[in-house]
Amino acid sequence: MSASTLYGAAEMPRAAHLPDIDQHDTFPKLLRYNAQKWGDRPAMREKDLGIWQSWSWSEVKAEIDRYAAGMSALGLARGDRVAIIGDNRPRLYWTMCMAQTLGAVPVPVYQDSVAAEIHFPLEHAEVRFAVVEDQEQVDKLLSIKDRLPMLQTIVYDDERGVRDYSHDFLHAYEEVVARGAEKLKAEPGFIDAEIDKSKGSDASIIPYTSGTTGNPKGVVLSFDNVMKAAYAGASFEGLRETDECLAYLPMAWIGDHIFSYAQSYVCGFCVACPESSDTVLTDLRELGPSYFFAPPRMFENLLTTVMIKMEDASALKRKIFHYFIGHAKRVGIDILNGRPVPFADKLKYGLGELLIYGPLKNVLGLTRVRIGYTAGEAIGPDIFDFYRSIGINLKQLYGSTEAAVFVTIQPDGEVYDDTVGTPAPGVEIKIAEDGEVLFRSPGVFMEYFKNPEATEKTKTEDGFVLTGDAGFVDDAGHLHIIDRAKDVGKLNHGGLFAPKYIENKLKFFPNIKEAVAFGHERDYCAAFINIDLEAVGNWAERNNLSYASYQDLSSRKEVYDIVQAHVAQVNRDLSKEEMVAGSQIKRFILLPKMLDADDGELTRTSKVRRSFIAEKYKPLIDALYDPSAKTASISSEITFEDGRKGVLEADCAIYDVETFESAGHSGERAAAAE
Amino acid sequence: MNDSAAQPAEAQDAQAAAPTVGKQNRIGEVILRAENITLRFGGVKALSDISFDIRRGEVRSIIGPNGAGKSSMLNVINGFYQPQEGGIWFMGKTYSPMRPHHAASNGIARTFQNIALFKGMSTLDNIMTGRILKQKASLIEQAFYFGRGRSEEIEHREYVERVIDFLEIQAVRKTPVGRLPYGLQKRVELGRALAAEPTLLLLDEPMAGMNLEEKEDMSRFIIDVNEHFGTTIALIEHDMGVVMDLSDRVVVLDYGSKLADGTPDEVRNNQAVIDAYLGVAHD
Repeated sequence: MSASTLYGAAEMPRAAHLPDIDQHDTFPKLLRYNAQKWGDRPAMREKDLGIWQSWSWSEVKAEIDRYAAGMSALGLARGDRVAIIGDNRPRLYWTMCMAQTLGAVPVPVYQDSVAAEIHFPLEHAEVRFAVVEDQEQVDKLLSIKDRLPMLQTIVYDDERGVRDYSHDFLHAYEEVVARGAEKLKAEPGFIDAEIDKSKGSDASIIPYTSGTTGNPKGVVLSFDNVMKAAYAGASFEGLRETDECLAYLPMAWIGDHIFSYAQSYVCGFCVACPESSDTVLTDLRELGPSYFFAPPRMFENLLTTVMIKMEDASALKRKIFHYFIGHAKRVGIDILNGRPVPFADKLKYGLGELLIYGPLKNVLGLTRVRIGYTAGEAIGPDIFDFYRSIGINLKQLYGSTEAAVFVTIQPDGEVYDDTVGTPAPGVEIKIAEDGEVLFRSPGVFMEYFKNPEATEKTKTEDGFVLTGDAGFVDDAGHLHIIDRAKDVGKLNHGGLFAPKYIENKLKFFPNIKEAVAFGHERDYCAAFINIDLEAVGNWAERNNLSYASYQDLSSRKEVYDIVQAHVAQVNRDLSKEEMVAGSQIKRFILLPKMLDADDGELTRTSKVRRSFIAEKYKPLIDALYDPSAKTASISSEITFEDGRKGVLEADCAIYDVETFESAGHSGERAAAAE
Repeated sequence: MNDSAAQPAEAQDAQAAAPTVGKQNRIGEVILRAENITLRFGGVKALSDISFDIRRGEVRSIIGPNGAGKSSMLNVINGFYQPQEGGIWFMGKTYSPMRPHHAASNGIARTFQNIALFKGMSTLDNIMTGRILKQKASLIEQAFYFGRGRSEEIEHREYVERVIDFLEIQAVRKTPVGRLPYGLQKRVELGRALAAEPTLLLLDEPMAGMNLEEKEDMSRFIIDVNEHFGTTIALIEHDMGVVMDLSDRVVVLDYGSKLADGTPDEVRNNQAVIDAYLGVAHD
């Protein structure tokens, strides 16, 4: 395998049922096309007052026209940038197309960010207009408005609580649309003229990457980038107007932009918004989407909930459940991959479908799922296999904001839990000398906004993008991602240390919510572990163990014992794999608090920020590597949900875990060779 | 279906949003007067000669140390207790005494210090019970769901859904309230009172037993109810911070008699109030 080998092809696929995106090369143009072609088909749904409301493509078109005219009357013009902050609401999705209609560029911002975090992208993108969901977001903007001299107009969707604000730069959405309707009466040709001014090579959106280090970077994506990537993905999976998806992931995440916006416009399928962020699971079940995407965390949570509920079920039900889930584990994946399976097993699987898998999928809202994606992080193989074994076509996707998502996708029938699939249509991949993965595709971003140095560092001269992930391509052409290139380390005895790999193994246990492994340039591996309050709390309740708080529960010996057994199991698994047998976990600590994005320990997309944690919890790490230490104490600053800060002080016990001989003794061989 | 449901609401919202009214302009005429109320339980005088008024659109708090007679006062207003002397003047009519059915049919709704919900019923059904007085359909129509029974049910359900949306309890719409945490149950109770579209809403310690975050949420809801629905609110609360922030006027009771009455600032600086709270010996 030479370092310069190219995988994948630059050729773009064509699909007869999708519109010609060379002709309709911007989203407003596609909307115009869809309003004609799919006029009465639903484009958007939202559950409001307990009832699903829907808007057809022609209704959406008319609404966005009025909205755009109204915003133009407020002064929004070509070249402006519009911040969008809020949960997934139809009007916020319409804001994207509205801005693009006028030649302005939407800048979606994570809605749960605190005011200080919102400040950076808004200032950096020189945002003049902001469209926000509700009072919460308006309040955040008002609190930093003094430091945002460019910001001149705020439009809000939900007027509740905002009514008494008398600022003249605040406008209700309805007011803007009404104003737009007036303007359109006077100038009926205004919208078409504006739409025709944009072309495919113009910037279409600037999402800010959450950034595990430093300030976020604004990734400028053109219409061509987003539309071609969306088109390629849609043709690969055969998406069409009859599909349906639920938009519940942050709008600022590129994945949501592609799945719930770009692909919806390209294919003409309907996007549904949940009633509120708390009702996603109920809404999912009512809606039964055919196209579903979720980060691994969501699948973990679903599985944990199912397992907890099964613990509470009657003994008979539990028996039936475990019997058929066991059977599915044996043959389910082969059946889904279309491989031959003995007739008797097929029959038994059919019975399981009737009794367990079908009802279970129905409860989870995944009955109609044709294509399910998981992306953002590696998913635990056991979790992945669980969903596939009960017949859900869940696939891994490897992507990045800089690629407008798609880099590799697992093709149907070639889904393995340890790869992320083959290059997506139009994507070329190569592996650098040091193992870093590079890609080139029509989706490759234009530049980092106002940050040429970062652009230069990430984009090579021949158009390849450095992903920062270490991986390799196997003989079948599938890409394997090991870890972030900079996170992969070496243990002192020379063994490979891939923290995420270990953490994912730990996190498969429903009792473990989060884990952080250490071991780079150390003698052995050690870990911080967060218990899952729901799962462990439920267990404690059933065992009459009373506890006062998360901190209290985390410090119980009984809980430590459970986790210790889990870690030992992980060590046993690791010992069977040659590459990682050396990184068995010797000691661990149960952290007294949940790692939280508000404290800077996780990114907004819930990825662990290693270096930050290593610094913040240094006393704990030191104790983990001090064989004489049996406890460690920590005082840490925590941020409450309302933004106030407090200090948490705690003593944590350190537990040792049994380790196992490597199956092939290769770990020791490697150590001896050093 | 969706358009007809969404349209009037949007029109209404747009209308309401247009003028930005300051809080002071919304406070209107006196709608309730307690007139020389004296309430005795046997030989114990719970309230003696209390008079005060409540104006339309304001948040009126009743405060006082434990046993001062705050809950008794609320119970007199909604007719749960009948005072030996005095009466309640409400919207142009004097009731001496007020009876619970007068109170309910005239638009006075309340929540309780100890939650009084139907534990086995869902959030939705509990809030629906707040609409019972508004139902005019006959038993037959309701039982077989036709005619007025049907149209009313739809209308009431829509109103209840607005309340659910307002209080952000969509996720527990179908959950039996007995399974909900305490803070949420309090919210459901508020929802049931709101569903009656009250002119005057009596809240008996809505924040008792809540943690700081729940208190902040509840305060937000009380302010929003007052602003959004224009509901007049009479509030009993122990948390002084909450009272001083939320109230337009405060009446202070101590040992069954009225100590002070006025804006939060006036009350805060009133010597008698300070004495009562800091514990000066009583004569």
